[in-house]
Amino acid sequence: MTAYNAETAIAHLNQTEDLSLRYYAAWWLGKFRITDSAAMTALLNALEDEADRSPDGGYPLRRNAARALGKLGNPQAVPSLIENLNCSDYYVREASAQALEEIGDSRAISPLLALLEGGVEAAKPMPGKPHLVQPYEAVIEALGSLGATIAIAQIQPFLDHPVEKVQFAAARALYQLTKEEKYGMRLVEGLKAEKLPLRRSALMDLGATDYLDAGSAIAQTPAENSLKLIALKGLLENHLQHQDQPLSPEAVQLLTLMDSLL
Amino acid sequence: MTSESLIEAVEKASSPDELVKAVWALSGSQSEDAIPTLIQVLGFNNPGAAIAAVEGLVKLGDVAVPILIRDLDGYDYGARAWAIRALSRIAHPDALDILTEAAAHDFALSVRRGAAKGLGDLRWEKLPPEAQEGAQKKVLETLKQVAKKDEEWIVRYAAIVGLESLAKQALTEEIKTFLQELEKQEKDLTARSRLRLAFTNQE
Repeated sequence: MTAYNAETAIAHLNQTEDLSLRYYAAWWLGKFRITDSAAMTALLNALEDEADRSPDGGYPLRRNAARALGKLGNPQAVPSLIENLNCSDYYVREASAQALEEIGDSRAISPLLALLEGGVEAAKPMPGKPHLVQPYEAVIEALGSLGATIAIAQIQPFLDHPVEKVQFAAARALYQLTKEEKYGMRLVEGLKAEKLPLRRSALMDLGATDYLDAGSAIAQTPAENSLKLIALKGLLENHLQHQDQPLSPEAVQLLTLMDSLL
Repeated sequence: MTSESLIEAVEKASSPDELVKAVWALSGSQSEDAIPTLIQVLGFNNPGAAIAAVEGLVKLGDVAVPILIRDLDGYDYGARAWAIRALSRIAHPDALDILTEAAAHDFALSVRRGAAKGLGDLRWEKLPPEAQEGAQKKVLETLKQVAKKDEEWIVRYAAIVGLESLAKQALTEEIKTFLQELEKQEKDLTARSRLRLAFTNQE
């Protein structure tokens, strides 16, 4: 048996006989961030796949391809991902929004914004499904990360959406877009949620900002240390903005909190 | 309440909240009889209860060490991470072999990072004087390997924290030189920031 490598994965993704091999290969290429052009081409092809369908009409291979393309970060994938924001499969739309966020290309802003059409009124649960009609959380988070200040007015009402994770996504994006403290405080409030999954969500959202005042609240949240460490790392690195500079007192405070969570 | 009834309360807790409260009460009792139960709680997959149990074990201190070592769970890495954290904070050098093994080879990163930090803080004076230097060198070698080679940023980070602590007690110059070398190869921004903090603290 030969070792599984990039060549195998690309070959598996390009064949059409065995769907499960394709599905795995798409995931693998993303996981190991295989950035060569043959991998890109194969993934872009997979993003148009019609063969792999789940019983409810979903496109499992497309979901994996979109996720992988996000990890590869190549702007070449942007037009196809934008197209898949209109895929009939909710999870393809969600994965595409997340991938567009990761790639960080501003061409995605207005197509993402289009998914917020109808506002909170339209943002209802999908009948018979465990999700809303659109992947609002992913869309709003992407708009925040992409610096879409044009989206502020449309995001604001989602602070009052009945689903708390959507509220958090809105607070996170609005903090990123406006730097107003009240939005950071809303997320810190979220760390006190009764349910652990919600506290986790607030942790991850804070980690996407540079709201440094959240540091000690993060360290004290009843949740896994691993997640708290990731959130603090996010805060720190957003604060440093990938520059090498002398450590500020705020950075030292974050590092000290991290030390205590090891 | 007697430790027996406190233990019973932990065993009979019927909700996560009740469990956390019962574990805090048992922890507070500081009874040696509570040790095996507190260790069991580490495997309940309830972070609140585990935190309470770790606090109790740490307060009990050295007397909990042999039982923690004996009962270390080889199958449940969540439980193992909490136990390693307790051993790290008690810092008795009897845990040296377990901590070096865990820091270098455990598959779970939460275990490796807890062990790497703890190795730097061991109370060397608990060892016979002639054994101290050898033990410190063993710790230094382990932490150097982990800081250079572990694939997870947080484990390398923890090794830096461990090395900084060790340098306060022994092998100071050697560790300083090593950390400066390390800065050239460390790619992770947070780990690099931690190195910089170690340099500031050493000045």
